[in-house]
Amino acid sequence: MAAALINVPKHARRGEVIEIKTLMSHIMETGYRHTAEGAVVPRDIITSFVCRYNGAEVFRAELFPAIAANPFISFFTTATESGKLEFEWIGDNGFSETASASIAVE
Amino acid sequence: MRKPAESNRRQFIRLAGSAAMLSAAPLTTMRPAEATPAMLAAAIRTVTGAAVVHAGKVKLDVPPLVENGNTVPLTVSVASPMTRDDHVRSIHVFNEKNPQPNIGNFYLGPQAGRAQISTRIRLADSQKIVAIAHLSDGSFWSESADVVVTLAACTEELI
Repeated sequence: MAAALINVPKHARRGEVIEIKTLMSHIMETGYRHTAEGAVVPRDIITSFVCRYNGAEVFRAELFPAIAANPFISFFTTATESGKLEFEWIGDNGFSETASASIAVE
Repeated sequence: MRKPAESNRRQFIRLAGSAAMLSAAPLTTMRPAEATPAMLAAAIRTVTGAAVVHAGKVKLDVPPLVENGNTVPLTVSVASPMTRDDHVRSIHVFNEKNPQPNIGNFYLGPQAGRAQISTRIRLADSQKIVAIAHLSDGSFWSESADVVVTLAACTEELI
């Protein structure tokens, strides 16, 4: 499922600070909108995002309804060793998506 | 005959005025709940506790004039060497007038290398955005920015 878009540099020098960009397709329904009949549209958002670098957590975010649909998050990390970056999004109604990218560090 | 006509007109104006007030009242209650400055302060206190929040160090990049409140690019960066002894632990973003005062909490560490995050947010109204950084020495730093929104988020109705 191509729900996630991830941008991680393929190669990096050891100690280089790299930018990681992520985008997850999700409606991010706020729970504050109403239908024409007046019924509240129930909340359906991603509540948390985690990035792990070779198993160690390097970045975590808690999201609220004020985050736009298809949440885009970008952040930085230091390239320490070759390996895998794993991303995980968790949300309402049992939403859970993962993605990963590998990086080669010289 | 002149006097009753005048009083009728006054009565009419008074009635029309109160009718307008009555029709305005349900309109305001129809609007989604708004976070108040008090709620904003309370949300900030849940993060900072009793600690003093200093102004500075934080840079909040958000366009001053936004056409569409549904996606507003936001970047927060903090002046920090990001070493083991001196780094940013977390960045918290708040707003004043969305239904909820929180926007997002972002947790970093010394391995981040650079204390900067970007995302896209929703704004229900022209309002103030506040970013607070929690540093490794326990201090809190903040910056705020005012954003004017021409088309607000959350107002459109579903069919």
